[in-house]
Amino acid sequence: MYAQMVKSEATQDDPEKLAAFQARIDAGEKIEPKEWMPEGYRKTLIRQIGQHAHSEIVGQLPEGNWITRAPSLERKAILLAKVQDEAGHGLYLYCAAETLGVSRDELTEALLAGKMKYSSIFNYPTLTWADIGAVGWLVDGAAIMNQVPLQRTSFGPYSRAMIRICKEESFHQRQGFDIMRKMATGTKAQRHMAQDALNRFWYPSLMMFGPSDADSVHSAQSIRWKIKMNTNDELRQKFVDQTVPQAEYLGLTVPDPDLRWNADKGGYDFSEPDWDEFFEVLKGNGPCNTERLAARQKAWDDGAWVRDGLMAHAAKQHSAPVAAE
Amino acid sequence: MSAEWPLWEIFIRGQHGLNHRHVGSLHAPDAELAMRHARDVYTRRNEGVSIWVVPSAAISASSPSDKGPMFEPSQDKVYRHPSFFDIPDEIGHM
Repeated sequence: MYAQMVKSEATQDDPEKLAAFQARIDAGEKIEPKEWMPEGYRKTLIRQIGQHAHSEIVGQLPEGNWITRAPSLERKAILLAKVQDEAGHGLYLYCAAETLGVSRDELTEALLAGKMKYSSIFNYPTLTWADIGAVGWLVDGAAIMNQVPLQRTSFGPYSRAMIRICKEESFHQRQGFDIMRKMATGTKAQRHMAQDALNRFWYPSLMMFGPSDADSVHSAQSIRWKIKMNTNDELRQKFVDQTVPQAEYLGLTVPDPDLRWNADKGGYDFSEPDWDEFFEVLKGNGPCNTERLAARQKAWDDGAWVRDGLMAHAAKQHSAPVAAE
Repeated sequence: MSAEWPLWEIFIRGQHGLNHRHVGSLHAPDAELAMRHARDVYTRRNEGVSIWVVPSAAISASSPSDKGPMFEPSQDKVYRHPSFFDIPDEIGHM
């Protein structure tokens, strides 16, 4: 997902406090920043929300790649609005993470130093316009699978950020599907382009949910704390079940010869993605890892004089009082 | 230099006649830019007709550990609610 393989932190707190904390979570109470929380809960959330925020920001790069080359002014305006939303989503999430006692700059620096990750999916290139359709339809579709249940997560600021994000996210998926639909009903060359985009984005989209976590201790702890709401396999299955009929509607073929409906389980059987490839991408060896981090580093370095200059300006000026109307 | 931009809390009036409501926070070097950022970050879909930006550092908050002494005393003052009083049916609406 946007937060993949988030290792949960062991916690060594007073068992009595831990039990009371767990009881609050079980009762559906939200935990707010200034309240007591186990150290493991706090650290796991910083890692998870931070990774999620980084993914939103880095996720602007593959799509930003096509803003200047969108096929019409309308498509350009839509894509620009979508990419702007991703920036907003990143900001909501950074603010949620900051309530846990980490600063925005610390999070950015951890990303640039390779100490924090972003989703594997954004290390794949967007080679054609149809890829922008596939990203909206599949990548945002997969993200929604995870984000909708996270609206009920136990940490108040994270939950509120998710509610805001989910409100905006379905525009993203629909605009992607709309691009795919146009391409899939277009010329032979356009149909071919749409199929090619699906071929390349199908398995990386399945990887977004992370490897099976059925036996993961970390995952079990996060589920108990309501930081993680479903297992990776549950979400992946849901995504496949939702997406296959949409691909059929488009007249496109999901690139999996073993994909078939399983009436017994009421869902599709499908092939696992290549997990070796996934781990290579996480290690930094995907097609675009170097390029993505370099772009973030350049933005950070090139923006430094602006950040500093505006602070110097603010220090000089007595900021005009803004009256409450 | 390299001081981090301070944090601002953002309040938006969704419609005329409603209160400003806290919607989130953001970083900005001063009030003017906080206002511009708030517009871009929190009102991309007609969410508001007015924005307040407040430095987060200017907000004093009650402490979670004071929750009991702060709020429990009002719990046993049920007579503050109109439903505490029986009004005879003959009286009708009051």
